[in-house]
Amino acid sequence: MAAGRNARKAASKADAPEHKPAPNIPQFTKDEDLHAYREMLLIRRFEEKAGQLYGMGLIGGFCHLYIGQEAVVVGLQMASTDGDQVITGYRDHGHMLACGMDAKGVMAELTGRQGGYSRGKGGSMHMFSREKQFFGGHGIVGAQVSLGTGLAFADAYTKNGKVSFTYMGDGAANQGQVYESFNMAALWKLPVVYVIENNRYAMGTSVARASAQTDFSKRGLSFGIPGEQVDGMDVRTVREAAIRAVEHARSGQGPYILEMQTYRYRGHSMSDPAKYRSKDEVSKMRDEHDPIEMVRKRLIEAHGVSEADLKAKDAEIREIVNESADFATNDPEPDPKELWTDILLEARA
Amino acid sequence: MATDILMPALSPTMEEGKLAKWLKKEGDAVKSGDILAEIETDKATMEVEAIDEGVLAKILVPDGTENVAVNTPIAIIAAEGEDVSEAAAGGGKPKSNGQAAPEAEKAPAEAKSSEDAPKAPAAPATVTSKASEPVTDEFPADTPMASMTVREALRDAMAEEMRKNESVFVMGEEVAEYQGAYKITQGLLQEFGARRVVDTPITEHGFAGIAVGAAFSGLRPICEFMTFNFAMQAIDHIINSAAKTLYMSGGQLGCPIVFRGPNGAAARVGAQHSHDYSAWYSNVPGLKVVAPYTAADAKGLLKAAIRDPNPVIFLENEILYGQSFPVPQLDDFVLPIGKAKVHRPGKDVTLVSFSIGMTYALKAAQALAEEGIEAEVIDLRTLRPMDSATIVESVKKTGRCVTVEEGFPQSGIGAEIVARLMADAFDYLDAPVLRVTGKDVPMPYAANLEKLALPSVAEVIEAAKAVCYK
Repeated sequence: MAAGRNARKAASKADAPEHKPAPNIPQFTKDEDLHAYREMLLIRRFEEKAGQLYGMGLIGGFCHLYIGQEAVVVGLQMASTDGDQVITGYRDHGHMLACGMDAKGVMAELTGRQGGYSRGKGGSMHMFSREKQFFGGHGIVGAQVSLGTGLAFADAYTKNGKVSFTYMGDGAANQGQVYESFNMAALWKLPVVYVIENNRYAMGTSVARASAQTDFSKRGLSFGIPGEQVDGMDVRTVREAAIRAVEHARSGQGPYILEMQTYRYRGHSMSDPAKYRSKDEVSKMRDEHDPIEMVRKRLIEAHGVSEADLKAKDAEIREIVNESADFATNDPEPDPKELWTDILLEARA
Repeated sequence: MATDILMPALSPTMEEGKLAKWLKKEGDAVKSGDILAEIETDKATMEVEAIDEGVLAKILVPDGTENVAVNTPIAIIAAEGEDVSEAAAGGGKPKSNGQAAPEAEKAPAEAKSSEDAPKAPAAPATVTSKASEPVTDEFPADTPMASMTVREALRDAMAEEMRKNESVFVMGEEVAEYQGAYKITQGLLQEFGARRVVDTPITEHGFAGIAVGAAFSGLRPICEFMTFNFAMQAIDHIINSAAKTLYMSGGQLGCPIVFRGPNGAAARVGAQHSHDYSAWYSNVPGLKVVAPYTAADAKGLLKAAIRDPNPVIFLENEILYGQSFPVPQLDDFVLPIGKAKVHRPGKDVTLVSFSIGMTYALKAAQALAEEGIEAEVIDLRTLRPMDSATIVESVKKTGRCVTVEEGFPQSGIGAEIVARLMADAFDYLDAPVLRVTGKDVPMPYAANLEKLALPSVAEVIEAAKAVCYK
């Protein structure tokens, strides 16, 4: 899909801004760093495995990987409370894992098997877990923003004290319904945190080529919605900002916007050769701002965790991911009868 | 344990590619994320990343090799601490090594011939048609009746359901303080307050999405569109979010919502305010579509729609709002969605219609009776699921059928009925089924042209006579 869309690539490369880490970085305890490390590494390894299974033809259709952006959802989840809802677009595998959904069920959905979260009927972009309050997984860019605002509407209606974490990318942030939602969320003071994951490219189009206002934290200004730009590569700054945003939303003051400045290492989808950016740009982010390497370094240097302990953790995560791949490979496809199920619910008499 | 690196597919359709260049050489240490090689297809160049750590023990497919089949081992990686030469010697065969590689062959394959093509299982009966007795009596004969407009019936249905269930709320433009653009929500704000009767900005796409999100969360929104013309702004949420999510979630996430409002032509409001969307919504699996004619049906079916756990499109008609019909005075009058009604029995020809189309059909039936032709008039009431059984039963008796609707002819409700009769009642038909529809033009504004664009009683009479060969 993306192949061939590389017009004006020189301009986009030149426009790519330097990634600037936040000046005052809050510290994590050893346990917090260990938690963040484990969560982010699980996403990274899971996504690498998904990429491999895609390459082998086991995963079909579209497959959008979250590699590079792990600190965003992990940091956000560290500021959430049980029962808070999460909803996102099509790059959703990381969000599901961070919500505590089972890696096997997610991977089996990617391979279209009966043990997948949607029994093989949704695929990469369409998975849900009512139990974990994960509301998808939406394939229409921007649609999740109105839907997530609706989750917050229900929170306010039932006064349940919950907050809706509504994620979108920098591309979705240009959709009209986003601003319709901002307006109503601010008007009705709905408890929603809008997380704009700015990974600099909407498919192959850089932010500078698509957005008149590239500071996404300002996108709610005309509705009076506060926003901030956050170093989305550092899980500590993510959590810190998330705590402020959640407090604002939960206390009845209405929505809050967090622009997470992040980066995806892989193409938009598996079939994207990523010609719209330079290899140097990618390797610079990987080498200097990798969210997982940063935590790993801290664990060793600041928290005194041994290489051996980290290796054991890595092995444990590889095991989870390999098990999920084995399950997703060997689990049967859905029964043909499933073609006709889940279209309508039975109405109660 | 040695791991084979396989030739990856860049897309589900790729079968082979060129191994353009190795960026690592034998003996190099590799870690997860390192770029090992570049591969090319006619469409793109892609990098092959390592996902395991170890040493590149052996390159099996050298630089520049063309036509490398997907899933061919292209290199061997020796795990940390493993003997590199041993790994190099042992790998490269399509063997299972804890990775999923060989299973790829078992992956769902495209059917090679029509004999191999898997056949879809038959649809369960409830999905296509519901065997049903012709509905005539839906309440005891001695039930007290009151004359009521469709407008009042709709209002009462909402009020009754809101009293019963705290999760039910109404949202839309002008539903609260203005009392409804067409006064359907009159008095609801006063009774239920602003929390449950929510005025929205003029922002259909956004508030439809919010209503669907609230329904995912377990509330039961009634989402009013001032007219269904404006629901075009919101159709993505109606179709992609509301109708499909139950299926895409494997049955986890239902969407109990009613989208309601006037549909179709009113009078002299031009093409953008006159579109009949009956056929559009009835095309979509995951939706129920209701289009009542009488006030009693409007009330009983709207109550059913609000209680239904699925998204229901409730198509009203502005011209019918003010018309009065007898409505049974029962505490809880609910009608089943999905059942047509024989509105007027007859033996010579079946007229099938719904919503305001019924006004043409009934007047035509009256006129035909005066000429000795007894038309049976069926009110579909629900367009999806469509009660074909009631139509088929009638056609078995009459052998002739005319459909009547204000919508456009192509791919319309009438077209659907014709197709079903061809399949299910071909042997009973004594004449081709004819359709009376709105004309195939955008609705004109001029009074005379608008009249011509809509169906007429005369056209129904003419069609009925034609199928009766009279």
